[in-house]
Amino acid sequence: MANPVPTSPRRKTGRRSPLASVALLMIGLFATGGAYAAFTSSATAETPASSQAQVSEGKKLFEANCASCHGIGAVGTSGVAPSLVGVGSASVDFQVGTGRMPMAASGPQAEQKPTQFTDTQIAAMAAYVATLGPGPSIPTAESLKSTKVSTGAELFRVNCAMCHNVAGAGGALTEGKYAPSLSGVSAKHVYEAMVTGPQNMPVFNNLNITPKDKAAIIAYLQYLDKNPSPGGLDLGNLGPSSEGLFVWIFALGAIVVVTIWLTAKPN
Amino acid sequence: MADHGTPGTAVETHQEPTAASGTAVVLPESEKIQNPGFPPFRPRVSDMDPAKAKANERRVAWLFVVSMIGSVGAIAAYIVFPITPGDENSVRLNTLFLGLGIALALLGIGVGAVHWSKALMEGHDLSEERHLTRGSETTRARAVEIFHLGNKESGFTRRKLIRNTLIGALALWPLPGIIVFRDLAPANQDANEVLRHTMWRKGTRLTKDPNGVPIKASDVTLGSVFHVIPEGLEDREDALEQKGKAAVLLMRLKPEDLHVSPGREDWNYHGIVAYSKICTHVGCPVALYEQQTHHLLCPCHQSQFDITHEAEVIFGPAKRPLPQLPITVDSDGYLIAQSDFHEPVGPSFWEREHV
Repeated sequence: MANPVPTSPRRKTGRRSPLASVALLMIGLFATGGAYAAFTSSATAETPASSQAQVSEGKKLFEANCASCHGIGAVGTSGVAPSLVGVGSASVDFQVGTGRMPMAASGPQAEQKPTQFTDTQIAAMAAYVATLGPGPSIPTAESLKSTKVSTGAELFRVNCAMCHNVAGAGGALTEGKYAPSLSGVSAKHVYEAMVTGPQNMPVFNNLNITPKDKAAIIAYLQYLDKNPSPGGLDLGNLGPSSEGLFVWIFALGAIVVVTIWLTAKPN
Repeated sequence: MADHGTPGTAVETHQEPTAASGTAVVLPESEKIQNPGFPPFRPRVSDMDPAKAKANERRVAWLFVVSMIGSVGAIAAYIVFPITPGDENSVRLNTLFLGLGIALALLGIGVGAVHWSKALMEGHDLSEERHLTRGSETTRARAVEIFHLGNKESGFTRRKLIRNTLIGALALWPLPGIIVFRDLAPANQDANEVLRHTMWRKGTRLTKDPNGVPIKASDVTLGSVFHVIPEGLEDREDALEQKGKAAVLLMRLKPEDLHVSPGREDWNYHGIVAYSKICTHVGCPVALYEQQTHHLLCPCHQSQFDITHEAEVIFGPAKRPLPQLPITVDSDGYLIAQSDFHEPVGPSFWEREHV
């Protein structure tokens, strides 16, 4: 790119000084570095230093999209929607970021669906809700990293597997509620679900499962996502139900086909 | 079967059983359904065309060769794809190709044999009549004779002492088995006592499963659930047996949501309640806690327990509520047990009162 092609007249006239590239590179580096520093420092702080503009933007979005159920000032509506005072930005990021909120219809539990807002809008609403009362904040990307897969697996078996299935495939609860599959759920959302306890999921605060242990659980889930089942077809990891159905259809089907072949007249 | 081709002749005929009067309607001979016999023999292509027969012969031979390839392939796969410790994928490849080889080996033989018989072997239908179940009169008389002779020679009915003691011996021999099964509980311990008590004592700290970190009352925030084991469990040799009885689920509800019965007022600590995790139906771990409905669901048989009403059964096959562990805090703010459970945990057993 630095050497202009002599045959192109456009390049001849628009030739830049070699220093321009260096300057551009420097500007780019400073911009990304500065932005990264600004992002990490604001995210690690206990009370995120979100700008007043972001909070007021979030308030507007909240009043337009959420207040019909959660009420003006997010105080909640009895029997309809809970108060959001003190749920923290993590809760907003999880519920809106996974598309569970705004709810399409009231039902046993809010379904995951395509996200209705942009990341900026979600961040604005999260910043607004965080100002209502202290609550869990959105985790930093750094705090989600761990290599302790086997520790995570043990903690997952003790704390999570009874509902979410040992392979994270999810499972049924009572009266139409269910624990969703954890396959492909982003690390941030898994973490936020643990700290906030969305819907009927219990809260796993940082004194119950430390942030490092939470990261280990996430590492285990990511391991499951990356490593396919060593036994071949996992059939949804649903255990005897799907495996039994598979055998019922294909093994019995094969026996039926063989029986027909055995008794058919040869030509 | 020399007379093939003429329908019905291959069937051996038997005397029809004579119908007793009153049991069924006896049809006249003309209305009885006649045995249609076999359909006419239809020659196969192999029977008519020697070239086709040759082709089928080769096909069968090929199936047997496929079987040989499968057998050799299975051995080759076992060597080519060895199991490397720690590499799950190697196990997958090993078992997959070994299994495919063996399957091919057996299917080759089986399919080959069936194709051989269907395409090339003698193709005429024939029927083989079942033998009559009833033996001939002479056989029956002979059997009765043998019984009488045996009785006479052994003196089974004559020597009553021997006969009765033999019956007694046969009646008693299963008893040791029953006693031994009854005693499958840990040695030198009264099984009844073992089932009746757990590791929990007055002052035993509640600690987190699996790392044994003690839990402060302030750690248990509203909506939280902790999976709890008694302090010192990991140091015991019989840790698993003890955990099977002592595992506890710790939850925090709003104190006003709890319906506490008289006598249990101080069993919870500001809305923090501890219940046995062992289902009272058949002992599965009940740990599916819904923090909004405060229902506990057992994954094995869908028993549901309502934590707001002292874990009473609201659905499913369990009969008794989950036993509650009375808890309080020590001077350092850690949660401790006030005592053991006030009733045996888990499923019913013979000696249990109020089964």
